[in-house]
Amino acid sequence: MIQFEHYLIVSALLFCVGLLGALTRKNLLVLYMSLELMLNAANLALVAGSRFHDNLNGQVMVFFIITVAAAEVSVGLALIVALFRRRQTTNVQDLSELKL
Amino acid sequence: MIESLFFIVFALLTLVCALMVVANPFSRNPVTSAMFLVLTIISMAGLFVLLNAFFLAAVQVLVYAGAVIVLFLFVIMLMDVEEEERRRVKHFAVYSGMLVSGVIAVIALTAIMSSGVGAYSSSNPVVQGSAKSLGKILFQNYLLPFEILSILLLVAMVGAILLSKKDLK
Repeated sequence: MIQFEHYLIVSALLFCVGLLGALTRKNLLVLYMSLELMLNAANLALVAGSRFHDNLNGQVMVFFIITVAAAEVSVGLALIVALFRRRQTTNVQDLSELKL
Repeated sequence: MIESLFFIVFALLTLVCALMVVANPFSRNPVTSAMFLVLTIISMAGLFVLLNAFFLAAVQVLVYAGAVIVLFLFVIMLMDVEEEERRRVKHFAVYSGMLVSGVIAVIALTAIMSSGVGAYSSSNPVVQGSAKSLGKILFQNYLLPFEILSILLLVAMVGAILLSKKDLK
């Protein structure tokens, strides 16, 4: 029988896969996709909590997270397009002026 | 029994496709990553259906697989996708990233295993995440956050339009 822990394990592993992408990839777009993966891991944990605790509030929270993620992606991708127009690159190693 | 089978299939599909998004051994093309992200999202919608969150499963497919991925693909098409494949991978960065996320995975898994959260879960759940029940709670208990969220979407739209203008005056 599938328990709460199993869903939490999948969620934790998914979060770590997203973290791996955020740490290792250099392309800004793939970095954004990794951020989406981490947000989705949180969503999965919240929905599982909502199901196994008989409480719909978790699902409302996921609804809000999905909306905020969509807003974040639209602004972030507009920023990436503006950056690409100026610098002709989406690689984070070419964008290191703020580094000491 | 059949539920467990579906859970295993969807969970494996989610994790494998997520791994293909971030570390595909065959291609480092961002388009491939975006396509595997679609698969991850859809198998995760399957997990949501198993958890009785039917409305969220539909929203997940509509918003993520529909809108967000299309936006990603639009932006990828504006750029030079070959450039990513020409670059060499720094092995030290990859290994240290794997080490860090592996350590965090081990910590999270031991925390989940030792916490015994399963003992608190109700064995016979009645909650149904249909559009009706979710809409009721959304418009009764969460009306103000809902309206603030609509303002946030408006601000995001204005911001995206403003940022993609040619000259910011």
